[in-house]
Amino acid sequence: MSGSSKIHLPGWAPLIVLLAIAGMVALVVLPLAMVFIQALGNGVDGFLEPFSEPDTWSAIKLTLIVAGISVPLNAVFGLAAAWAVTRFQFAGKSLLMALIDLPFSISPVISGLVWVLLFGAQGFFGPALDAMGVKIIFTVTGLVLATVLITLPFVARELIPLMQEQGADEEAAAMTLGAGGWTTFFRVTLPNVKWALLYGVLLCNARAMGEFGAVSVVSGHIRGLTNTLPLHVEILYNEYDFVGAFAVATLLAGLGLLTLLAKSFLEWRFAGEIAATRRH
Amino acid sequence: MTLANVRAGRRRQAGVLPGFRLSMAITLTWLSVIVLIPLAALAIRPWELGLDGVWRTLTDERVVAAFRLSFGAAAVAAAADAVLGLIVAWAIVRYRFPGRRLLDALVDLPFALPTAVAGIALTAIYAPDGPLGALLAHVGVKTAYSPLGVVIALTFIGLPFVVRAVQPVLEEVDREVEEAARTLGASDYQRIVRVVLPAILPAILAGVGLAFARAVGEYGSVIFIAGNLPMVSEIAPLLIVIKLEQYNYAGAAAVGLGMLVISFAILLVLNLLQTWLTRRSRG
Repeated sequence: MSGSSKIHLPGWAPLIVLLAIAGMVALVVLPLAMVFIQALGNGVDGFLEPFSEPDTWSAIKLTLIVAGISVPLNAVFGLAAAWAVTRFQFAGKSLLMALIDLPFSISPVISGLVWVLLFGAQGFFGPALDAMGVKIIFTVTGLVLATVLITLPFVARELIPLMQEQGADEEAAAMTLGAGGWTTFFRVTLPNVKWALLYGVLLCNARAMGEFGAVSVVSGHIRGLTNTLPLHVEILYNEYDFVGAFAVATLLAGLGLLTLLAKSFLEWRFAGEIAATRRH
Repeated sequence: MTLANVRAGRRRQAGVLPGFRLSMAITLTWLSVIVLIPLAALAIRPWELGLDGVWRTLTDERVVAAFRLSFGAAAVAAAADAVLGLIVAWAIVRYRFPGRRLLDALVDLPFALPTAVAGIALTAIYAPDGPLGALLAHVGVKTAYSPLGVVIALTFIGLPFVVRAVQPVLEEVDREVEEAARTLGASDYQRIVRVVLPAILPAILAGVGLAFARAVGEYGSVIFIAGNLPMVSEIAPLLIVIKLEQYNYAGAAAVGLGMLVISFAILLVLNLLQTWLTRRSRG
C-alpha cells in the first residue's frame, strides 16, 4: 500500500502525523495517564488505602456480579437474534435489526429512567410490586436491568454480519448428513463464530463493568449494597477523596486497557474469523 | 442471481434449518422486555401532565437552557471530531510512522475507558490547577466548570466514531485514486478536493452522526467537568436525574422523551443528507 501514485501531499506528511499525534495525546492519552498519576499522588500507601475498605471490595464484587449476569444474558440473546436474522427470511427483518441497535442511540440516563418509570415507587408497577414485597429499583435487579438494556446490541451486532457472510451452507450440509439441530449449532455454528462471539462478549463486558449513567439512576447509591465500581469512584470523588477515587479508577482504566489489548489481538490474529467490518 | 435462485435458496434455508421459532421467540421476548416495554413507559408517562403540562415542562427556561447546552455542545464536539478524526484517520491510513499501530489501537480508548473515569481524569487535566487547565487559564480561557469543559468531554467521547467511520472508506479510496491517477495525471490537491473528499464525505457525516447521538445523551464523562451550574453548564440528562430525585417522574420522562424525539429528528436529517451525498459522489 505504499505505491508512488498514492496521494502524498509533499511536505505535509510530518505536519499531519504530528497533528494527529498531538491531538490524540492531548485528548485521549493524557486522561489515561492522569488516572495513574493522580492515583499515585500520595505514594503507594495512599494508592492502596481505598483497597483496605470493605466498601471498595463490595463495589468490586457487585460489579462482577452485575456483569456476570448481564453479559451471558445478552450473549444468549445475541446468538438467538443472529440465528433468526441470518438464517431465515421474514417480514420486518430490517425493523428488527434497527430495534436491536436502538439502545446505542438512547442516553444512558434514559436507559435507567425507563426502569424507574416501570418499577419505581411511583412507577407503573411499583406500588403493586411493593405490596408483594418485591423491590427492583435500588437493588441488584435494577442494576442488572439497566446494564442489560445498555449492552443489549454488543454481541448481536458482532455476530450478525459474520453469520450473514458465512451463509448457511455448512449448517445445511450437517443437517443433510443427519445431524440434529442442536448438534449442528454446537458443532458447526458455534465453532465458526467463536472469535466473533468472544469479541462481542469482550466489548459487552467492558461496557457492563464501566457503565455509569444508567446504573446511577437505578442504584440509589447505597454504600456496600448497590454501589458498583464506577459509582464508588463518584462517591469518593464527591467526598474530595481524589486519590482514593483515582486509585479505584485505575482498576477500571486497567479493565479498559486489557479490553483494548485483547481486542487488538483478536483483530490481528483472527481477522478472518470476526466480522468483515472489523478488519482494518 | 435470478428470482428462481433466490426462491430456491429461501426454501432450502427455511426448509432445512430448524430453530426459527425458538430463536425468534427468544429475540422478540428479550427485545420486548428490555427495550420496547420500557420505552413505551417513557412514551406514555409524560402525558399525565396533559399536553399543556408537557409543553410547560419543555419550555421551562432551565430545561431550554439544558437542551441548548446538550445539543449545542454535542454539535460543536461532533464538528471538532470531524476535523480531528479526519486528521487521525488520514495519518493512520496514509503514512507509515513509528507508533502508528499504537495510535490506531488508542483510537478506541474512549470506547473502552469507563465514562466516569474519563470524567474525573478530564476534570483533573482541565481544572484551573490541572496541567492544561492552568495553561489555558493563563491566557484567560476557562475550560473546566464551563460549557467549554462540556465540549471537551463530548469531543473525547465522540472521536472514535469518526475515525472508525472514515478509516475503511479512506483505504478504499486509496486504491481507486491510484488507478485514476495513473491515467489522468491530476495534481495531489485536485485529487483530494475532487476525488477523495467527495468520496469520504458520507463516511465523515456518518461518523459525525454517531458521535453527535452519543454526545447528546452522554452523562458520566460530562458531569464532573461541567460544574453543573443551572442555566449555564447543566446538561439535559442531569436534569432528568434531578427531576427523578424530586420524584417528578412525569417531568423526567417529558425531558427524556423530548431529548429522544429531537435527536432522532436530527439523525434522520443527517441520514438523508448522507444518502444524498453518497448518491451524488457516485454520479
